[in-house]
Amino acid sequence: MTPLIRSFLLFIFTILLSAGISRANETETAGKEGGNTEIFNPGKFVIEHVSDSYEWHIATFGETQVSVPLPIILYSSGKGLNFFMSSKFHHGKEAYKNFRIEHEGKNEGKIVELNETGEVTGLPINLSITKTVAGIFVSVIVLLLIFLNIAKAAKRRTGQAPQGMQNLFEPVILFVRDDIAKPAIGEKRFEKFMPFLLTVFFFILINNLLGLVPIFPFGANVTGNIGVTLVLALFTFLVTTFNTNKEYWKEIYNPEVPWWLKFPIPLMPIVELTGVITKPFVLMIRLFANMLAGHLIVTVFVSLIFIFAVKLGVGGGLGVSVISVLFSVFMLLLDVLVSFIQAYVFTLLSALYFGMASPEHH
Amino acid sequence: MGFVTPDYGTIFWMLIIFGIVLFILKKFAWGPILKALKDREKSISDALNSAEKARKDVAGLKASNDQIITEARKEKDLILKEARDIKDKIVADAKNLANAEAQKSIEYARQQINAEKMAAINDIKKQVAELSVMIAEKVIRKELENTKDQEILVESLLKDLKLK
Repeated sequence: MTPLIRSFLLFIFTILLSAGISRANETETAGKEGGNTEIFNPGKFVIEHVSDSYEWHIATFGETQVSVPLPIILYSSGKGLNFFMSSKFHHGKEAYKNFRIEHEGKNEGKIVELNETGEVTGLPINLSITKTVAGIFVSVIVLLLIFLNIAKAAKRRTGQAPQGMQNLFEPVILFVRDDIAKPAIGEKRFEKFMPFLLTVFFFILINNLLGLVPIFPFGANVTGNIGVTLVLALFTFLVTTFNTNKEYWKEIYNPEVPWWLKFPIPLMPIVELTGVITKPFVLMIRLFANMLAGHLIVTVFVSLIFIFAVKLGVGGGLGVSVISVLFSVFMLLLDVLVSFIQAYVFTLLSALYFGMASPEHH
Repeated sequence: MGFVTPDYGTIFWMLIIFGIVLFILKKFAWGPILKALKDREKSISDALNSAEKARKDVAGLKASNDQIITEARKEKDLILKEARDIKDKIVADAKNLANAEAQKSIEYARQQINAEKMAAINDIKKQVAELSVMIAEKVIRKELENTKDQEILVESLLKDLKLK
């Protein structure tokens, strides 16, 4: 078991080291070239790195941008269903079929519909496979590959000692079962929630870790996207709500508090009902903010190189790059820890909410 | 795209993808994996339990063996004691019987002797009588020749003749 884990850790470390360096290299090139023509804008640079986009940007060499085009799926009442690749936009510089990516204004970053004269007429229904969605697809493939293989191994080697991948993940599965689900939900009911808890845990964990790998097809900021965390929290909310008992609703609408807290103004019911909504809301915000912050900080450290390169010349930039790369590596290592912690916290809190959804009468 | 405004496209795809992943993993991965884990845990705990049971059985067997040995030893002692008692009793009986038999034999012998003695005495008495008659005859005959001598003879004869 230990050699496997050791090699796994070594693998992660190697990736992280290369992550810091390749990020630095990539941006250094962009900065140098950009420095000649326009002033380096660290805010824009950082935001672009962590936001969603319609194409998967890999690198920029001078004027040539290397990126993977992603499918654009649009529906508007005027033009019906439109399906084309994002390369038609030429990195957002051109309009296609009277659709355009807005770069400023209140619709910044959104695809708008234009009329013949080039005026914005409205927003089409946009179900494009963005970078985040593509990132979800990639991590889901990884997730399915890993766990369907383990399931196969578990079936084939019934009653035998685990081996390989199975050996690596079984302790984690046992951790979720024995240290998260069992204590939070209780011996009797925890089994019902195990599939959801395990899926959430590994979905978040794998997305967090893959988000730290900067090489295509990984590195999409999936768990740092509020839409993704919203759906995860929504699932937790739905599972909680569909597994409640009478006691749970009684404690919300008619809690055991002094009567004047319930009548004439239902103060406690309002507080309790707010709690029902805030619980998943907090789950959503926590995961999103933690992962976004991790990505932001690494890019901020990298952009420090170009700020100093602009101010002090190329030499200054090179000098600062040593410190920046070191800090980036440190932050990425920290992010690995945060990845595990956030997956754990999300799962643990979900399990606690499931446990609280059917309280014993007290 | 703002950071804190969720994009409905992302939500739409995420709902579909996560829903499908949850379904697939629940059906094809977590079921078999959790079952395998449970089965393994059960088989390990069963093995431990049966080992513990076997250990207890062996201990119980040993205890019962000891008990059996002790009982056998007790029984052996009892049997030996009984045998000794029986032996003593048989010996004593035999001795008593022998004594009684000997007494009986002696008594019988004594009776026989007495009877023989009586017969002998009677016989002697008869012979003495016959002898006396014979002597008397002879004496009478001698008297016929010499009275005096006859008397002397009878006297001497009677003197010799003494009943035992």
